[in-house]
Amino acid sequence: MAARHKSVETRYMEDRDKVLRGMRRLDRRTFMKVLAASAGAVMAKGLMPPHTFQLVNVAEAALDKSASATGAPGTPPFTFAYISDTHMYVRTLNQRFVKGAVKAVEDVNALDPQPDFVLFGGDLAQLGRPEELEQGKGVLSMLKAPVKMMVGEHDWFYDMGEKWQELFGPPNYSFDWKGVHVIVLMSVYEKDFWTARKLTPAERMQIVAGLDNPIQSRFEVGEKQRAWLKNDLAKVPATTPLLVFSHSPLYKYYRNWNFWTEDAEQVQALLTPYRNVTVIHGHTHQMLFNQIGNISFYGMLSTAWPWPYAPQGLPPLTVQMNRADPYDQLDGLGDGQVNVGKEGLADMMYNLWDRNPVTVRAQYLRSHGKVYRPPAPQFASY
Amino acid sequence: MISRRIVLLMFGTAIAGAALAIRGARSYAQQAATHDVPAAQNGGTVVMLCDGKTSIEVKNLKPGQMMSRARAQAVSDELMDQWRRAHPGERWEVAQASQTGGEHLYAAGSAKQPPAAAPSLAVQQGDTYASFQPRDYKVWKAETDKFVADGKRVFHDAKALGSTIGISCDMCHPDAANTHPETYPKYQVQLQRVALLRDMIDWCIENPIKGKALDANDPKLRALEAYIYAQRKGVALDYGKH
Repeated sequence: MAARHKSVETRYMEDRDKVLRGMRRLDRRTFMKVLAASAGAVMAKGLMPPHTFQLVNVAEAALDKSASATGAPGTPPFTFAYISDTHMYVRTLNQRFVKGAVKAVEDVNALDPQPDFVLFGGDLAQLGRPEELEQGKGVLSMLKAPVKMMVGEHDWFYDMGEKWQELFGPPNYSFDWKGVHVIVLMSVYEKDFWTARKLTPAERMQIVAGLDNPIQSRFEVGEKQRAWLKNDLAKVPATTPLLVFSHSPLYKYYRNWNFWTEDAEQVQALLTPYRNVTVIHGHTHQMLFNQIGNISFYGMLSTAWPWPYAPQGLPPLTVQMNRADPYDQLDGLGDGQVNVGKEGLADMMYNLWDRNPVTVRAQYLRSHGKVYRPPAPQFASY
Repeated sequence: MISRRIVLLMFGTAIAGAALAIRGARSYAQQAATHDVPAAQNGGTVVMLCDGKTSIEVKNLKPGQMMSRARAQAVSDELMDQWRRAHPGERWEVAQASQTGGEHLYAAGSAKQPPAAAPSLAVQQGDTYASFQPRDYKVWKAETDKFVADGKRVFHDAKALGSTIGISCDMCHPDAANTHPETYPKYQVQLQRVALLRDMIDWCIENPIKGKALDANDPKLRALEAYIYAQRKGVALDYGKH
């Protein structure tokens, strides 16, 4: 009886264990080879059974012929890693989130070759306390590759960014990297909801920290920063690929949870003249991708907890990740890498812990889902 | 026999539903702001029946002070006795239903309610359900919403949940998303048994939240359940779904 009527979960776990047992003694490079080979075997047999352990091919810049074939000269491909939404309380209160962040740091440090840089996607702290931010800086300082910092609302609304800026500098900046113009935005400004209510800094932070708390305002880049962005882009030719980092998605997904940037359209308008634009954002703690005009969007994973998909507004190109298993503290979490091809097209690798990695290719988004569709979930959000 | 019990029940409901306008007691005064309660003569607090007329002064009760349950019951009994003496042979429910004054008690700020229609011959009359008035529904809704609101508070409050690591339910379940109460009971493979929603709430409290599981009758657990169900209003029951 037991053998004939195994649950989906049991069969999945057995298949998965079998694969992982075989992998245990392999080094990373061989692991990748085996992974690619077995994925190839599975594909060749036409077997992509949705009910067993699926192998997903890992991003390899060399495999992406579509991007390299049309590459512009002078923009060599490069890779960067990301860690996002660590939400660390001080470790004396909560070890779990610190462990998640440390695990991500170890993942990235194990990459060979090392990424050009590591983008931190915001929400380093949980309640924006100076000691949380200092602890966070300590954890990230263990990274071997250089770190590019972005701020999230959990870092900001206790002291309105004072400590964060003291530790990490200005919240918005830009730089050029191997022919790509990179912009880091501060997209989580909120209109003042606290003065009239006479809220303390801790109360203000707690309200912003509550995703479903309707008292807070919507996120915005703001007029001043948009002017800065316009000025920054004035010297960048339209043929230069753009890579933009924002904490909140730079489009409107779900207002009630601030999966949203109020002035998203105005920011998009500034990016529209450019041929290839990739926006990579945090905040949503899930596999999430979108294409609006020439702009490809990818959401980053969190290392603290996964969010469910919002009840409405999900971009149609997004393939949901399976619901997270609450019994596995690492499930639905992770970090990842982004491979930037010759034209600045970026493939996103979601390194999901305790799951198979998933790669979403720029070509998938640019073709509006016609090619390279990522595997479908078995269990979507309710 | 049965009908007598029902009449007694109805009377009990009428007492329970009769909001008392208490001068000085803020929470009541906000709900029933439309009655003009006479000033206290002997340093106590004037309590008024929701007919807007019958009132007594409770001695030694300062404005804002709470009465014990027993004393409050005695005061409402006395008010009802006073009303009955003034209205011999009348029934409270009928008298209130035929007035325009009774209904606005729970509709502060809303448009004035029209007077209750005279009993229609087209629908059945005289039984328990037929005798409930719109005001009853408002009382019930207010009570239910209060229960749900309390659940919402606990759901969002790591301390109230007893978390030792600062985690609350909403951190993974904004607006109770992905709690899918409509799918219980169902076999929970990780627990190796059929689970109810409350089993999963308790599991979450013990594990990710790192608190102590709540007793099935704990008001916090009951309120959490109420809040979670309230977020799924209109979703079809689908027990056993994975």
